[in-house]
Amino acid sequence: MRPDLRILLPVLSLAVLLALVFWLQPRAMSYRGLNLLFNLAVPIALATVAQMIIIMVNDIDLSMGTFVSFVACVTATFVHDTPVIGYLMLAGAVLAYAAIGALIQARDLPAIVVTLGMSFVWAGLAVLVLPTPGGAAPEWLRTLMTARPPFVPMAVIAAALIALVGHLIVMRSSFGVLLRGLGGNEKSVAKAGWSPVLLRASAYGLAGLFAVLAGMTLVGLTTAADANIALRYTLLSIAGVILGGGEFTGGRVSPVGAVIGALTLTLAASFLSFLKLSSDWQIGAQGAILILVLAARLLFARRARA
Amino acid sequence: MMNCKTFALAATAVTLACSAAADTSDKRIALSNNYAGNSWRQAMLTSWETVTGPAVSEGIVAAADAFTTAENQATEQAAQIQNMILEGYDAIVLNAASPTALNGAVKEACDAGIVVVSFDGIVTEPCAYRIAVDFKEMGRKQVEYLAGRMPDGGNLLEIRGLAGVFVDDEIHAGITAGVAEFPQFTIAGSVNGDWAQDVAQRAVAGVLPSLPEIVGVVTQGGDGYGAAQAIAAAGRPTPVIVMGNRQDELKWWGEQRDANGYETMSLSIAPGVSTLAFWVAQQVLDGASVPQDLTVPFLEITQDGLDEGLASTPEGGVANVEYSLEDAKAVIAGAN
Repeated sequence: MRPDLRILLPVLSLAVLLALVFWLQPRAMSYRGLNLLFNLAVPIALATVAQMIIIMVNDIDLSMGTFVSFVACVTATFVHDTPVIGYLMLAGAVLAYAAIGALIQARDLPAIVVTLGMSFVWAGLAVLVLPTPGGAAPEWLRTLMTARPPFVPMAVIAAALIALVGHLIVMRSSFGVLLRGLGGNEKSVAKAGWSPVLLRASAYGLAGLFAVLAGMTLVGLTTAADANIALRYTLLSIAGVILGGGEFTGGRVSPVGAVIGALTLTLAASFLSFLKLSSDWQIGAQGAILILVLAARLLFARRARA
Repeated sequence: MMNCKTFALAATAVTLACSAAADTSDKRIALSNNYAGNSWRQAMLTSWETVTGPAVSEGIVAAADAFTTAENQATEQAAQIQNMILEGYDAIVLNAASPTALNGAVKEACDAGIVVVSFDGIVTEPCAYRIAVDFKEMGRKQVEYLAGRMPDGGNLLEIRGLAGVFVDDEIHAGITAGVAEFPQFTIAGSVNGDWAQDVAQRAVAGVLPSLPEIVGVVTQGGDGYGAAQAIAAAGRPTPVIVMGNRQDELKWWGEQRDANGYETMSLSIAPGVSTLAFWVAQQVLDGASVPQDLTVPFLEITQDGLDEGLASTPEGGVANVEYSLEDAKAVIAGAN
């Protein structure tokens, strides 16, 4: 698929869903309404970009949800009480992510197994840091996430900013080109004299950084944490990447698409809730929306090839 | 509402007429629930339907819709609450997935002028109302009952709930306090029954061989029947097992009573507490002065009340009680 087509479909699905939500619930068509619809999508968008960076280098991260939960627990405890130690811990977590990437490349391990194992490590650490739900959001984070800028709600600005920064790093910088090359053709990147271990480590480190931001913004929204707070993010982030036009192999991803994918998933849940659909049907209906979009993408791709 | 009260003394019919004309007739209340996968939660949702249905048709409130999240996750429920804000509900009644992770969404709701009443799974956000159960007292009371039955004391077996959950810690703390108050008892052993009969049965069967003679079993609900089965299988004399209002527990108790005059007690939180939360929300909307923290009594079944409790509990269900507007007013008055 051509890059412009890759982004067209996610934009269209988001627009259609948004129109449906506005039609069902006109109150959503306001500054406050948009903020309520999308503010919880901000951490999901960050986690989706993190997952996208992992998928970009042909891997998949099954520990995203527990890692974001762990970061949320650290943010609500150490970053709030003793900021220096808290930020050091978060920096350590990013380094740990980079080390996992290096290990996967150096020992040629399957990422799906390593990250599944790590998910238990992060879950355990989260419970250690915060055994019972609680903690508090750092003041500046709370202020940032509840800010009311003029005209455009914070949630929309944040989503646009994440998409822009993701786009600049992944699509426009030479670093991004190298990382995509690692996913597209590892051998040629290695032949050009770049160390695949170093590259995969930096890809994981970058993903870890975005995931840390996801956990921090989540705490800014919820004001407190809980060791299970973001377990859903693993599957949401993978679905968001694919919904946003990304592919599991070959370094073919789109940061703007990933952010739009995350927004679409959040919106789909709200849409089903406004429809007053029984909860027994909601998971199935969410899946149906996903399949619908992917089917449309296949059709687009065939037409483009023809 | 003030002048209605004087009429209400004369005739109950007038009270009905008055409440129908109350200020809340155009108010809409939503129930936000995070989980529906066990008998307790099913009973909770059924009670909500039973009580709010007539309340809506009588015009006391305009709507009382129940929503359950598709997955038991705090982030899902936070999004659900924000959707309720968008839909313009006047009050949200909440059984929360996490005591803290919903605080941001709850604050958003309060800021939008929405009344938030949490029950069972309560939230810590100060602007919300909390209807909590005194779980500690639930634990202490069991030891007190046993002390009444057996003044000489003896060894107790404690069956705990799911490790790491707030409710388990609270009931356990109550039992510990009870044992300190009645030092003739000692906790000889403690197992995790996870509030499920099969888990409790396995856990008790595993620990029994290492225990001395047991005179009583203190429980958390959903584990008494399993304990009884394990003890019977081991060929030991049946101790006094405190029950937790589940139908299978009450049935076993009834059978034992008929066979050999077995005596015990049963206590647990009634799933109908959702209806108390509904009326509290209605009262707040009506302008009543309600303290932020309310305590709801737990539901206790004694030897005399066993037949009645058993008759009113559906097969595989939990003994339940639904609250009326008058009950809610009494709870609020008691706390004020």
